[in-house]
Amino acid sequence: MSQYVLRRLMIAIPSLLGISLVLFVVLALAPGDPFSELATNPNVPPEVQQALRARFGLDDPIYLRYLHWLNAMLHGDWGFSFVSRMNVDTLILQRLPATLYVIGSAQILALLIAIPVGVYAATKPYSLFDQIANTLAFVGFSLPTFFTGILFILIFSVTLDWLPFVYTTDIKATGIHYVLEMIRQAIMPVAVLGLFQAASMTRFVRSAMLDVIRLDYVTTARAKGLGQANVIVKHVMRNAMIPVVTLIALQMPAVFGGAIVTEQIFRIPGIGSLLISSILSNDTPVVMAVTFVFACLVVLFNLIADVLYGWLDPRISLR
Amino acid sequence: MLDKELRSMIGDVKDGRMDRRAFIQRLAAVGLTAPLANQILAIGGVAMAQSPSPYPPTKRGGGGPLKLLWWQGPTLLNPHFATGTKDQDGSRLFYEPLASWDVDGHLNPILAAEIPSIKNGGLSADAKTVIWKLKPGVKWHDGKPVTADDLVFNWEYASDPATAAVSSGPYSDLTVEKIDDLTIRITFKNPTPFWANAFVGAYGCIIPKHLFAEYKGGKSREAPNNLKPVGTGPYKFVEFKPGDLVRGEINLDYHMANRPFFDSIEMKGGGDAVSAARAVIQTGEYDFAWNMQVEDEVLLRLEKGGKGKTLYAVGGDIEFIAINFTDPNTEVDGERSSLKTKHPTLSDPAVRQALALLVDRDSIKKAIYGRAGRATANYLNGPDDFVSKNTKWEFSVEKAIALLEKAGWKAGADGIREKDGKKLKFVYQTSINGPRQKTQAIVKQACQKAGIDVELKSVVASVFFSSDVANPDTYSKFYADIEMFQIPMTQPDPGLHMRRYHSRNLATKENKWQGQNFPRWVNKDFDAAVDAADTETDPVKRAALYIKCNDLMWQDTVVIPVMHRLAVEAASNTLRPALSGWANQTDNLQDWYREG
Repeated sequence: MSQYVLRRLMIAIPSLLGISLVLFVVLALAPGDPFSELATNPNVPPEVQQALRARFGLDDPIYLRYLHWLNAMLHGDWGFSFVSRMNVDTLILQRLPATLYVIGSAQILALLIAIPVGVYAATKPYSLFDQIANTLAFVGFSLPTFFTGILFILIFSVTLDWLPFVYTTDIKATGIHYVLEMIRQAIMPVAVLGLFQAASMTRFVRSAMLDVIRLDYVTTARAKGLGQANVIVKHVMRNAMIPVVTLIALQMPAVFGGAIVTEQIFRIPGIGSLLISSILSNDTPVVMAVTFVFACLVVLFNLIADVLYGWLDPRISLR
Repeated sequence: MLDKELRSMIGDVKDGRMDRRAFIQRLAAVGLTAPLANQILAIGGVAMAQSPSPYPPTKRGGGGPLKLLWWQGPTLLNPHFATGTKDQDGSRLFYEPLASWDVDGHLNPILAAEIPSIKNGGLSADAKTVIWKLKPGVKWHDGKPVTADDLVFNWEYASDPATAAVSSGPYSDLTVEKIDDLTIRITFKNPTPFWANAFVGAYGCIIPKHLFAEYKGGKSREAPNNLKPVGTGPYKFVEFKPGDLVRGEINLDYHMANRPFFDSIEMKGGGDAVSAARAVIQTGEYDFAWNMQVEDEVLLRLEKGGKGKTLYAVGGDIEFIAINFTDPNTEVDGERSSLKTKHPTLSDPAVRQALALLVDRDSIKKAIYGRAGRATANYLNGPDDFVSKNTKWEFSVEKAIALLEKAGWKAGADGIREKDGKKLKFVYQTSINGPRQKTQAIVKQACQKAGIDVELKSVVASVFFSSDVANPDTYSKFYADIEMFQIPMTQPDPGLHMRRYHSRNLATKENKWQGQNFPRWVNKDFDAAVDAADTETDPVKRAALYIKCNDLMWQDTVVIPVMHRLAVEAASNTLRPALSGWANQTDNLQDWYREG
């Protein structure tokens, strides 16, 4: 087992190197520079923009810039943002809590809806409940989050005036009020993201359950006289969850990566909004760090999913 | 400043020290007509009573929180590194300059005890020195006194190339020396009639020497106070998250009486302009939102029965179409739009004039900019003393056609006009931005009617405005026939604004397209006028020179002004912000208050 994990980690190194190289080259080849805002300001001589480019090494050849970046990264130095001149790791750590809170809650909400609904729908396929659940699921994943987000804002903030639509990180309250306010402002973004995720996940859980529920061993379990709940939870679900676990594990990096659109709509200071504003301002070190961390997380969670298989289904052996 | 000198002359007329006829003769001597001279007198007379912005609150604090919404949040809080206005605005909550620009484009003392003038000995007659006096008793937020050493240090800091400060422009070509603890003398290399650039406005904010002295030059990035400002402003720093949030609390030791009004301040970043307008005007979650680049129609709809309204500040920002005087399609020594070429069709003045006739400024204003724009024929639109009355514009497809016919541009088989085998086909480029694409469409439509074929091209803003030498799509390379964007006027003096088109500033491969004269227009009269204005100390003659520059550009149709753009902000109905089109939004923050 530990040998297997170690081997997988070793294989990950060249693939991560490859990913970083591709990311860096694509970013370096992308046109534009972080100081374009200075261009039309008559108070800033053009030499300033040129000097900044030279100072931040933007005029060096790409391979040199990549080697510098790689070397610094190996020493644990993530570089600094061209735009805020702040260390990239502090910048990311600052954004992480909001992302984890909002996206994490949305994932939990999605699971809480998808698993019970998917399982129940599968036990009674083509019943009225199943039909309704299916319809809602189709509606749910056909509506993009930017649409539902704005719809929610118009209904709950503008018309009803119940919920705030600007997410603030400094709530001026303590104790229970703080918690309540935190929950209040997260309701809309969590609902938007959670329902979107739940929709597709419900369909997935349902079909995974249906695959298993018709197998012979389930009939055997029923013939033994086990109760419906026992059969579903202990016999069917455990096997049906294997593909679901893969799906969830692969979505975990997204929890850290943030949700670009939703974060932008609700002004959540998460990783997603950091990424998009950095891309727009050509802030290479930040984009590089965020995407690279993302790549590492995808590799890591793939590994975790594989290890979890072994636990869910002992027939799968890891070598 | 300049205005004041003009005023003192106007004052002389008023008080009878100078006779009215002499005044008009003096203006006539520099080419200004008598009506214009009279107008200058009138403008001077009206604005003579300088009204400081009304500020009713009678005690400090007690105004609750002030919540600002910037849809692009500040990313750093050192005014010397502030790349965009968002960063300048964020730094300005804590740092202050010696003086800021008020709504009329006049200087308003902040840290200075008084505005230098010839009368008080602050300015020399040769326009080579300025003496600034600090207000006594001003303290940094950490309790240390503000002294002349801090001012000298700011000059050293910004002008050191190793610091890589974006504020280096205003601090170049001058030296700053300390006279006593509260007084400095600025000595310019050349006579500088516009002396109020260093230590004034957004890039004039002063940082404390005792916290930044160790981080001058190459180590500038490492200063811990880049992220934790200690300034002199009305609010003290509490918290900063780049791109997301800046928070401050009231400075109880603030150096102006009864100010500030609010107990705390919060500047939230992120999102987009429309939802920011909504949060201020419709739901009232925030008090003030910046830079409402939103269609007027949308704003009008939000304002109906809302909790806030839009505010407009008049400055000199100009949205215009520039014309390429060189040929973008011929390569000479590896350079397109080279100075060695001439544009095959646009070099004909009739074609340029016809294009100007085809820009329907009224429709553009009505359909796109609404209250946020003013149609204009001038490139230079402010302050009032510098605005030419000699120009005019009109939209007329018929006249454009007549003009082209007369010049020999006849419609070919495909309906496109041509002469000597050269067709009137233009590439019209701009940056990607809703209003700009709509303007492009309006212009293209009119051009089609007149037999001019226009191909539209839009480039991502971060590319269009980049200084990337390898990229062919930047505005300064201008590999198109005409292009459109906005040039802001960051201060109420046309010097920098007009100098751009001097022939020594031509954008070429040799200077890596850093030259600011991107239309590559060369005019000796213009050069002479700009050079003369640069050192002209007589404010009236200087104004006349800039008016002449503007008129030369108009006669030659170097640019086609599309819209004189106003700054648009959204504020709650009770907030009374002090805004100026000549300053950033937070530049007069100390004067903000709430009514009712």
